Order: sequence, then structure tokens, then C-alpha cells
Amino acid sequence: MTDLRPPSFQDMILTLHRYWAEHGCLILQPYDMEMGAGTFHTATTLRALGPDPWNAAFVQPCRRPTDGRYGENPNRLQHYYQYQVILKPSPPDLQALYLGSLRAIGIDPLAHDIRFVEDDWESPTLGAWGLGWEVWCDGMEVTQFTYFQQMGGFDCKPVAGELTYGLERLAMYVQGKESVYDLDFNGQGVTYGDVFLENERQMSAWNFEVADTDRLFDGFRKAAAECELALDRKLPIPAYEQAIKASHIFNLLNARGVISVAERQAYIGRVRDLAKGSCAAWMDKNGWSA
Amino acid sequence: MERVSDILLELLSEEIPARMQAKAEADLARLFTAELAKAGIDAGSVETFATPRRLALIARGLPAETAAVSEETKGPRASAPPQALEGFLRKTGLTREQLQERDGVLYAVVERPGRATADVLADAIPAIVRAFPWPKSMRWGAASLSTESLRWVRPLQGIVALLDDAVVPVQVAGVTSGRITAGHRFHHPAPVTIPSPDAYVETLRAAHVIASADARQQVIRSRAADLAAAEGLSVIPDDGLVAENAGLTEWPVPLLGRFDPDFLQVPREVIQLTLRTNQKYFVCADSAGDLAPAFICVANIDATDGGARIVDGNRRVLAARLSDARFFWEQDLKVPLDEQAAKLGQIVFHEKLGTVADKVERVAKLARWLVEEGIVPGGDPDQAERAARLAKADLVTQMVGEFPELQGIMGGHYARAQGEPDAVADAVRDHYKPVGQGDAVPAAPVTLAVSLADKLDTLAAFFLIEDTPTGSRDPFALRRAALGVIRLILDNGLRGSLGRWSTRATDLHLHDLLLSQGTEVPQAPLYLEVHGDDRRLKAGDRDLLRFPVAADAARYPGLAATGLHPGPLAAFFADRLKVQQREAGVRHDLIDAVFALGGEDDLVRLLARVHALQAFVATEDGLNLLAGYKRAANILKKEGVDAVAAEQPAPSYAPDPAEAALVAALDAAEPRARAAVEEERFGDAMAALASLRRPIDSFFDEVTVNDADPAKRAARLALLARIRAAVHGVADFSRIEG
Repeated sequence: MTDLRPPSFQDMILTLHRYWAEHGCLILQPYDMEMGAGTFHTATTLRALGPDPWNAAFVQPCRRPTDGRYGENPNRLQHYYQYQVILKPSPPDLQALYLGSLRAIGIDPLAHDIRFVEDDWESPTLGAWGLGWEVWCDGMEVTQFTYFQQMGGFDCKPVAGELTYGLERLAMYVQGKESVYDLDFNGQGVTYGDVFLENERQMSAWNFEVADTDRLFDGFRKAAAECELALDRKLPIPAYEQAIKASHIFNLLNARGVISVAERQAYIGRVRDLAKGSCAAWMDKNGWSA
Repeated sequence: MERVSDILLELLSEEIPARMQAKAEADLARLFTAELAKAGIDAGSVETFATPRRLALIARGLPAETAAVSEETKGPRASAPPQALEGFLRKTGLTREQLQERDGVLYAVVERPGRATADVLADAIPAIVRAFPWPKSMRWGAASLSTESLRWVRPLQGIVALLDDAVVPVQVAGVTSGRITAGHRFHHPAPVTIPSPDAYVETLRAAHVIASADARQQVIRSRAADLAAAEGLSVIPDDGLVAENAGLTEWPVPLLGRFDPDFLQVPREVIQLTLRTNQKYFVCADSAGDLAPAFICVANIDATDGGARIVDGNRRVLAARLSDARFFWEQDLKVPLDEQAAKLGQIVFHEKLGTVADKVERVAKLARWLVEEGIVPGGDPDQAERAARLAKADLVTQMVGEFPELQGIMGGHYARAQGEPDAVADAVRDHYKPVGQGDAVPAAPVTLAVSLADKLDTLAAFFLIEDTPTGSRDPFALRRAALGVIRLILDNGLRGSLGRWSTRATDLHLHDLLLSQGTEVPQAPLYLEVHGDDRRLKAGDRDLLRFPVAADAARYPGLAATGLHPGPLAAFFADRLKVQQREAGVRHDLIDAVFALGGEDDLVRLLARVHALQAFVATEDGLNLLAGYKRAANILKKEGVDAVAAEQPAPSYAPDPAEAALVAALDAAEPRARAAVEEERFGDAMAALASLRRPIDSFFDEVTVNDADPAKRAARLALLARIRAAVHGVADFSRIEG
């Protein structure tokens, strides 16, 4: 076996792009809105609905304000990247395809311990759930592997398989780095820290300490109202975008620590209603029955 | 000799969750046995297997075919009218000529030939797959275009069905049976051919799969113990973790790694939780019993490099997790708990119930009151109040944000670290207890006061806003809170009126309610008083505010129904107590018999009464008294006599001897029973009642209640009513069964 130099962060993305393109996926670009997970991308959420086949792969930047650590924790970021693959209907050899992608980025399953550990995925804010696993590589979760069963409260007909790779974790693993900021970004001396460390410091301060909560609460209400307006006008995509916006504002409010456990449920329920309404309108617009 | 056959059934799938495998084995055996039984085959004892990727069963010594049976059904008489005959022919599907006649009666005889076991299996296997009760199942692939497609725990990939060395051909949802299965995912990627049921286990082992969960558990236990011993350590036993790791591997290979001892400054609970819950690693202890900086992970491969890279990878993951934990620990230690507690004012406890800080304030007052009133004896009221004020502060710490299951535990650590007395730190740590059924019940006074106050406050709160459990819906875990209160009271023998304590908790809420609506609230504590439908909040000697129920019902729908007993909260406690006592083996009718008396909300006394009653009705005296009581009560019911006349008129006639004896016995027993009840000597109260047994028996044997003389009749009914009343002084015997 050849032991090549491990791929840089950007090489890894390029390798995954090539691998999934060769397996029939459209290579898409990130959605241009703040979101907590790649699943929020319309290429996943909305395309998971309805009968049409759909195979796509893309990188999605994710924002999780509560995970910010001011750049001081080597493993936690409030902004990071997911590599997302969606295959509908789920192919019979999806696990094998996935393992092939790990080999492509240099993970040998006879030297590393790859495990499929139960993890039922649920997104209360999207009214979605699926069954699958978190994939472990030597005890580290590197991928979320899910068979979508419902999206926006609707049964998936057919079921899509979704793979979500945590790119930084995977790269840290492949490159043998202890800190995300030490990751080799391009193979030519630029590190992940060079690109993102200052970003983490400033955004953590903003998310935890500064973001004006009154304006955030106001923003939440406005996004919800915009969503309702779009739904009234039978425009499911703009409606869904406002649901994403409300979801992100909720996450910020959460990071500011101004939402209690009991209230959380009400906010999540509100976002879910918006997302579900958008999915229902999308189904309707396409003439699909539940 | 009859030829017998062995059967192998294997259902291959993508990875089955570890926690589901043991039950799946049992379900497979059960369904298989039931399906064969339907065809008249006794499956005998079956052997089952489960790995992450397969669920399998071997049954041995089955007949090659089922026995032929002849079923006879009796029909109408040969002379019966034609309609009866037609009906019978329709039912059996036979013609008149095919019926047999014996002694003038027609019989339908159907011969059922034996069936080949292979045919039985071909029907049984799809039925088993379709009926399989996975706790959660899913659809997948192109077939899932329809929601009617097969559901399985994860995509079903193959079926091996062998009857001896022959394949039993079946098809389930596009999967065709055969003899090909998969070996270990990485060690043996080539297909594996199973020649016969007998060869199953060995063939798989050759393909790096240990089919038996027990065998894999054994490998994990012994290898982990060896690895630890070689380092002078011992594995902290954890059967659940052994089972889980066996459910995650087909070829388990335990490996030992070490972590930086510097992490051991983080509390042990945090490290154990991180290793166990997040990473599924075994924790090791050194010879002194202290946590060792070592972990044992269980890989699913014999790695090409002996596992060095796997250990290193796991070490790094663990280091990342532990450094996260240490970061939280260090950050949290920088902030005094009082400062953390102040942040609780920004956290809404419930939209109708104010913030968590409001709750803390109420709990602090209530905990102090419980100690000062002597309800919780032996505590220091200042410590109770202090502990209550700190109890929830850890909710805003980073560690609890990360590990919610450490709430309380972390607060205890932080409290101790900032120099709080042990009684306070222990109370912060343990005030959520008891949580589960087997959880320890706090006994330390300060802990007890805070724990009780916290739960009473929560219950009063949600009963006040009428957000109470219905059916399986109990989002605020009120049932658990009520059960916690009951266990705290009973295990510690806390005496007094639970209704009064609940009322106190409700009053504190009303106080907050008034504050929140901007009403001027006096400094003095508020008391809720009830006058008919009016409820008044009284503060000291000022009759301040009125809460006429009708007028305020719209605003505070729960108000009418709280705090007082009997009210919904009291009824809720009563229900929980019944459930708890039933589970503890106390007869529910006896609990009902005591509850039916009403007005008893000293739980310790209530249960003492129930226990005495249970002992009494197990005796012959008890059973006979019960019989006599029921006879008396039935007569009274029939005659419509409800109450005992206040004054027993002196009999205007010479009583029968048995009648006089009963009067004398009642005269003697009543005060004895009453005094005993008053002094909570319930056994003695029962004994006093027992003395009535013979006089009652004789009375019924020798005296006619329904005498023609109305005076006699009235006097005797009054006597029966006295019996009933005397018995009811102890318990409502009409509720007792038998």
C-alpha cells in the first residue's frame, strides 16, 4: 500500500467532488444563507420530497453559534463545513459507495476501525427524521449517514440516503492534527487557522456577548411574517428561505442564553411550522400528494 | 425412524443498533416457533444469533413433514330441514354425497395431508419478516416510492434459508433466499457460502464473524481484563457496555490506550461519562481504586499494524473531548455560583411561570420554611436557603450545557470548590434525587428540604396553570416529581399535612403572580384562606386581596383548583401513592379503603393504617368481621339508612341477649378503637374491632333485624349503623374486596 502524503483540506474536498461526480452526483455550490446544517440546503430539504430521482453533492458552511469557543478550543467552531451527499432513491450499495469515498481520501479500513453506530437523526425544526448511523473512524464521528423517512412532516417517497461528512474532523483525522487550526489547508503552507482563527474569535464574541437580543427577537418575528407572506402568495422557496432565517436567529438567541428550556420548544415549534408550511406548499406547487 | 431436519434462517441487513439485538433474537425465536406451531410443528428449543449485520436462528430435529390430520365437523341430523343442510354444505364447501352419516347425524370429514416442512417454511419466513416488531423500522431504496414497501430496522440485504443442505426458496420484498451471506465487512469482503445449518457458526468464524453475542461478550471481557492486568490496572465492570460493544462488532478486538493524567483534575463523573457514553470505552481503576488515565476501546478489526493507529486515533478523539471538558471545568470555576445563579433571571422557566430565578427564590423560601416549621427536622434553615439559592446555578455552567445529565453533580463540585459547607454542597448535588425508581432517597436534612421544596414548587406551579399530565403526556415530569415527594416523605418519615405544604408552595406562586401583575404586595408572607367559594390572600392581619373564584376563573383557571385539599393536586398525589404502593405489593382495595375516609394527607400515618389493615384482613378475625360488616352494610343500603342517628334512643323493649351483647361490645370497642386511631396505634384499633366479630356473628344468627315491631326494627338498624360507623373509624370496609 502506498502511504502518500495526506490530502490537504482543499484536496479532500476536490477528491470528494470527483468521487461523487463519478458516481452520478451533480456537484452543487453552498446555499448562500446562514444555516445550522447542510440538510437545510434546498437541494436536500426540498429535493427529498416528491418522486423524482435526485443525486447531488456539495459543501455547505454551517453556523452553530453555541459551538463557538473564541478560537481557543482545538475542536470546536461556530462556523465549519459539511460535505453533503444526497442520493434519491437510496441506492442498494450506499454503504459500499460511502466506504469507497473514505478510501479515496486515504482511509484504509483494515488499519482504521470504521463502525456504523446507531444514530437516529431528527430535525425538530424541519419536521424531519430518518434512521441511520454516525460513522466512527477510530472512535471519531466522521459522517452522519441517514435514510430520510420524513421531511417537513411528509413521508419520503422514495427514501433518500443522506451522507454528511464533517470536513474539519475528517481532515484532522486524515492529517493527524490535534487542532483544527493546524490543518493544512492547501498543501502549500496555509493553515486553517490562517483562514478562520480571527473569524472564530470575532464571531464567538458577537454570538455570545454582543448580538442585540431585542433586534434578534424582532428579526425572528419579521422572518416568520415574511414566511407567511410568501406562503400566502404560493411561493414555497422564498417561504422556506425565511424559515431558514428564523431558524438561524433562534440559534443566535439560544447562544445569547435568553431562551429557556421551556420556551425552546415553543420557538422550535414555530420554526417547524414555517418549514412544514413551506414543504407543504412545495408539494402542492409540484402537484404531489402527501 | 422418522427423518429429522435442521433449519437455518439468517436475515442479513445493514448495521442493526446494538441495543436492539438481544430483543430481536428473542423475537425471532418467538415468531418462528409460533409460525411453525400454526402448521402443527413443534420447533423445540431454537438457537439464535445476532451481530451488527445479521439476525439468525437454528432449529434442530424438526420433522421433514407435518403429520396428516383428519378433521371431523358435526352437522345437522339427516332428517333436518333442507335449509339447515344447505347452510352446513356452504360452511364446509362439500356436497351432500361427501358427508358421512352416523346414527342419523351428518358429519363432514376433511382430510388434511401432511405438508413438507420446506413448504411450511416458505410461508413462515415472509410472515416472520413482515411481522417483525422492531422498535423502530424504516423504508429504503426504489421500492420506498410506496409507503407500503417492506419495513426493516435498516435495509434488509439477504436471506439465508436452509433446510439441512437445501435452500428453502422464499422471496420477501425483492430479496431472494439462498445460501450466500456476507462475512466481516473488511476482513472478508468476498461472499460466504453456508453449506448447512450445522456449518453456520464455523463458516462465519472463518470469515471473521463471531455469530454468538455471548461469545463476543466473552472475548471482550476476558481480553479487556488481560489488557488492564498487564498494566497493573483493573477494568471497572460495566455489563451494559460489554453488551453494547458486542453489538457493535462482529470481530471484537479490545485495545488499551492512555490519556494525559493531567485530565484527572476534572471530576471523575465527567471523565467516566465522556469515556463511557460518548466513546463507549471501558474505564480503568488503579490498585487504590482511583480512576486511571487509561481507556479500553473495542475495535471491529485485527488491524494490519496491531492496532497502533486505532489506539492513537481514539486517544486523540478522547483528548479532544477531555480537553473540552477541562476547558468547561476551568471556565466554570472562575465564576462564583452566586454570579451564575444571577443569570437564571434571564432564563424563562415557563412562559406563565416566570424565570428560573423566580423559581429559585420560591424554593429557597419554601426550603427554609420546611426546616423552620420542623417538617424536615434537624436542618439548619440558613443552609437550606443557601443550598436552594445555589441549587440551579449549574444549569448555566458550560459543563452542564455540554453534559445535561451532570446537573446537580457539577453544582455540588462547584459549591465545594468555592468553600460552601458540605451540607450545602451535598444538597446542591443531590436535590434532584430521587430520579429513577432505584435511585437513592436523600436523608440529609438540608438536601431533603431543598429536594422537597423544589418538587413541591414545580407541582404547585403546573397545577396552578392547569398544565397537568394527561395520558402518556407528561412533559414536565410531574408524575416523577410527585413520586419523588412521596418517597422523600415516606423514606424519611416526614410527618404533617402534605396538603398544607402544597398550599404553602401555591401561596408562594400566588405571591409571584401578584408581583407580576403589578399589584402591591405586602412584605409579610401571604396566606390563602377559603370561605366557601371565596379565596382570600391574607397578609399578616391585613385582609388584602380577594380571589373570588368565579370572577377570576378566566384569568387564573387553575386557581380554583389548587392548593387545597381535596383538590386536583391532592388527588394527583393520591393516585401516585396508589400506583407506588400497588407496585410495592399493597392491595389497591386496601389503599382505597383508607383513602375513602377522606381528609388524610399525612402519608406516613395513612400508610401505617393501610399496613395494619392489610395485616388484619389476612387474619380469620379480619375476614369474619369483614363478612359481618358487609352483611350489615348491605341491609343498611337496602333499607336506605345512611347515617348513624346522633342519639341512640334507649330501647323501648327488652333486647335479645345477642342484641344486648353486641351493644355492650360496641360500647367497649368504640372508645378503644377511637383512642387507638388517635394515637396512631392502628394494630390496636384493628384488635378493638376484632372484638366485635363474635357478637356480630351471634347477632346475625339469633336476632331478626326486620322485626314486625317497628321499634325493634329501627333500633336494630341503628345498631347496624353503629357497626358500620365503628368500622369506618378505621377504614371504609366496603372498598375491600372478597
